[in-house]
Amino acid sequence: MSPPLIELRGIEKTYRTEAVEVRAVRGVDLRIARGEFVAVMGSSGSGKSTLMNILGCLDRPTGGEYFLDGEAVSQMKKRDLSILRNAKIGFVFQSFNLLARTSAIDNVELPMFYSQPLVARAQRRQRALEALKKVGLSDRSGHHPSQLSGGQQQRIAIARALVNSPELVLADEPTGNLDTRTSAEIMGLFQALNEAGITIIMVTHELDIAAYSKRVIVMRDGRILSDQVNETPRHADVEIARIDREEREAKLG
Amino acid sequence: MGAFSTIGVFCARSLLTAWISMRALRRNAMRSTLTALGIIIGVASVVTMVAVGNGAQARIEGQVAALGQNMLMIFAGSRRAGGVHGGLGSARTMTVSDALAIEREVDHVVAVSPEVSTVAQVAANGRNWSTSVAGESQDYLKIRDWKLSSGMMFSEREVRSAARVAVVGSKTANELFGPLDPLGQSLRIRNIPFVIIGVLSSKGAGMGGQNQDDRVVIPFTTAMKRLTGEKFIRSINIQIESSAYMESAQQEIGNLLRQRHGIPTGREDDFNVFNQKEIADTVGSISRVITLLLGAISGISLVVGGIGIMNIMLVSVTERTREIGIRIAVGAQPGDIRLQFLIEAVTLSLFGGALGVLFGVGAAHLVGMFVEFVPVVSPGSIVLAFSVSFGIGVFFGFYPARKAAALDPIVALRYE
Ligand SMILES: Nc1ncnc2c1ncn2[C@@H]1O[C@H](COP(=O)(O)OP(=O)(O)OP(=O)(O)O)[C@@H](O)[C@H]1O
Ligand SMILES: [Mg+2]
Repeated sequence: MSPPLIELRGIEKTYRTEAVEVRAVRGVDLRIARGEFVAVMGSSGSGKSTLMNILGCLDRPTGGEYFLDGEAVSQMKKRDLSILRNAKIGFVFQSFNLLARTSAIDNVELPMFYSQPLVARAQRRQRALEALKKVGLSDRSGHHPSQLSGGQQQRIAIARALVNSPELVLADEPTGNLDTRTSAEIMGLFQALNEAGITIIMVTHELDIAAYSKRVIVMRDGRILSDQVNETPRHADVEIARIDREEREAKLG
Repeated sequence: MGAFSTIGVFCARSLLTAWISMRALRRNAMRSTLTALGIIIGVASVVTMVAVGNGAQARIEGQVAALGQNMLMIFAGSRRAGGVHGGLGSARTMTVSDALAIEREVDHVVAVSPEVSTVAQVAANGRNWSTSVAGESQDYLKIRDWKLSSGMMFSEREVRSAARVAVVGSKTANELFGPLDPLGQSLRIRNIPFVIIGVLSSKGAGMGGQNQDDRVVIPFTTAMKRLTGEKFIRSINIQIESSAYMESAQQEIGNLLRQRHGIPTGREDDFNVFNQKEIADTVGSISRVITLLLGAISGISLVVGGIGIMNIMLVSVTERTREIGIRIAVGAQPGDIRLQFLIEAVTLSLFGGALGVLFGVGAAHLVGMFVEFVPVVSPGSIVLAFSVSFGIGVFFGFYPARKAAALDPIVALRYE
């Protein structure tokens, strides 16, 4: 059996500010295999984002060990973490985090500017267009974020996360700023990516959103409270159809 | 991976980063231009000031050279305490026989011209004019390296016979005769009739600012006998064979005059020797210092411009904190971010430098229209201004760039 994509052993993260010590993550053991779709839930302040930052190699744990794809990353240098993120991880944020005043396609191209080996200009364009096609926004490549709806912006962000063909997509409350139907669309995209073999970990507050995943982890006070397989993940297509039907009925009634 | 391909990858990556920087600058074209303005002004003023300084220097050095080649001037009159010269040439101590003794006894003396001078009313062609009249020997023009535009200089015989012949300056000739040819015309100096035998070529303003072309030169014998009635002379102009003998000749002349005037060693001389080469050197070094000073003062504005760039870069780093966070999250290395901001700063300053050179050259030409000399834009000052602006970009861009590269992506991504 191949090693899991992610293996955490006793991961701790303690923030030290002046007098207080905040133990945001207090010993998390976790294994996530390739191809999983995991939702992380838990009350505010339970350490979800802190854990995601560590998983995403944006931050280093203060204790424990983290193996990503068999590599020990907890003690890596900043530069090596950058290389790792660029090659293996795509991020989707609650607030989209697109570069303003930069066209959609240029935003999608961004990770390729920092790739090793380098990506030629023509290839950058082509790959960005492909990624935009996957999220269904090929016709908006020249638009700037301010000219796009929230859902469209989030799809651009997903295209950006995909463009370097990552192993892992991390999403911290990806639907936090979106309405129900748009959220379902985004989940549909995630499910499609997951079908294609990409491992997805997302943080959410909504049970409705977690229902799309195949595994639900609940955190409390920096620890994992429960970790359960979702036997019957919700299907985005079905859900969107249901929402549309309800809307029609509401109008008629 | 071989060393070459590593370097290749580094260069290509830097190029990509440069591309990112350029886009950022173009997006903020107005701000970029305003930021570069400090450097533009700094470089322009350095280039202009150095050009003006160089031009003035060349002009002054030209004037010193116009005194004559390898010339010594001896003025009667004693040096006062504190090194202040008082009443040069006014003391009644130096005589024609001093001049003759110098010519006779001092080695490497090529020519000597005893000088008396006075201001006199001259009249010719029905017009009056007040000008300075100099009594000189036949060798005066040779010593001063001065050409005639027409006619000829008086001869040794005319000097010996105290002939009433005159060579007039171009301005004097113009004042008295206008477009007419003064040669052979009569000229009355204090009502004494002279014949004009030569006209001097134009030499322009002298070192003291007086117009050297407004004068009449006559034999010193004639001047002493008919105009001043003096036994004493004001100064002696001496030409030395070559610059190598200037000092030794100066020494010998000093000794000779002290002996002739009975001045024991230790007592102050009653004459002053001016060495044209020394004057040239002194004036040269003074004007070089002035040029340097002008350059340095305008260099300060370059530094101010650099601080302006640093300021804007710092603002820009803060403003673009989120952008930096995004870039780092998607895989930019700290080095990439540092390079991006460094390239932005250097591009701003080089852009400012290039425009500054253009404006500087233009301003130098403009100044040239209003002053009597021609400002000289030296390639050296352009290269210097350019490399200084590059250095300023690196120096003042480094801190903001480092600050940007050190940002924590998590904090940066949350930045509002
Ligand atoms: N940079 C920091 N310095 C100090 N304490 C921090 C820092 N970041 C997070 N914390 C603390 O760590 C704890 C966990 O924070 P975290 O952001 O991981 O929570 P969360 O589960 O994502 O909450 P939410 O659902 O509200 O996003 C909190 O108590 C928070 O105050
Ligand atoms: Mg959070």
